[in-house]
Amino acid sequence: MKNLVTLLSGLMFGFGLLLSGMANPAKVQNFLDLFGTWDPSLAFVMGGAIAVTMPGFWLVTRRSKPFFNDVFHLPTRTDFDARLITGAAIFGVGWGLGGFCPGPAMTALPLAAEGTLIFVATMLTGMAASKYVLQRRDNHV
Amino acid sequence: METEFTPLLSLLGGGLIGASAVLLMATHGRIAGISGILSRMLPPTGKDQSLPQGLIFLIGLLLAAPIWIVINGQAPLQSVSNNLPLLALAGALVGFGSVWGNGCTSGHGVCGISRLSGRSIVATLTFMSTGFIAVLLLRHVFGG
Repeated sequence: MKNLVTLLSGLMFGFGLLLSGMANPAKVQNFLDLFGTWDPSLAFVMGGAIAVTMPGFWLVTRRSKPFFNDVFHLPTRTDFDARLITGAAIFGVGWGLGGFCPGPAMTALPLAAEGTLIFVATMLTGMAASKYVLQRRDNHV
Repeated sequence: METEFTPLLSLLGGGLIGASAVLLMATHGRIAGISGILSRMLPPTGKDQSLPQGLIFLIGLLLAAPIWIVINGQAPLQSVSNNLPLLALAGALVGFGSVWGNGCTSGHGVCGISRLSGRSIVATLTFMSTGFIAVLLLRHVFGG
């Protein structure tokens, strides 16, 4: 049951991306192209998502625990650090250059465009590299 | 190339993404942050209890397009650049940056903002800004 629900979550996420055209990098880059072929769609996607998630999260976290887990694994940090800003800045550049981010890239992967394949390959490598550097950095503290 | 502004489909698709995030929170108590889900599967891995469920979520994500093709009889509209070196660079930056910055558009942009997380609001504003600048440079300065 648990596995089925998790699978469904992933499917829903993917369908949401496909339905909204977010798995099409051209649509994403056009949102970011304020002075060119601007397409505001992405703002509506994010708006639609937050409109559901904000009340949804509030309701769901009222319970003492999730259905299939013992505790809620919610981020607790409230500080701002260089890592957050730097990471987001770097991420944003890549997002603008490629029009892909992790969710859409993985959703588009089965469509097997050459560009998608190479993006995913270097994305996963970049993730592993970041983990490695962070681990080494934090071990020296 | 131009793309069509699709307000209704965008809202619906976004709502579906939101529903997925709420479902994941209700069932597993976790943020639907794709960069986190993916990176936890990559080395160096520790004893992460979320790995099996993360993998199942990923499988669902990967099945969406094939099922879409079966339902619609054709692949979704897509326009991916064939500038492979550019996409290789973009991927590396997205991968590195998302892990370094503790999240991406789903983790910070959707889930974090929905939780009114100051960190996520700042992160989102930051990656939106550099995203805008990157496209400005790419399309209007370097003509890429």
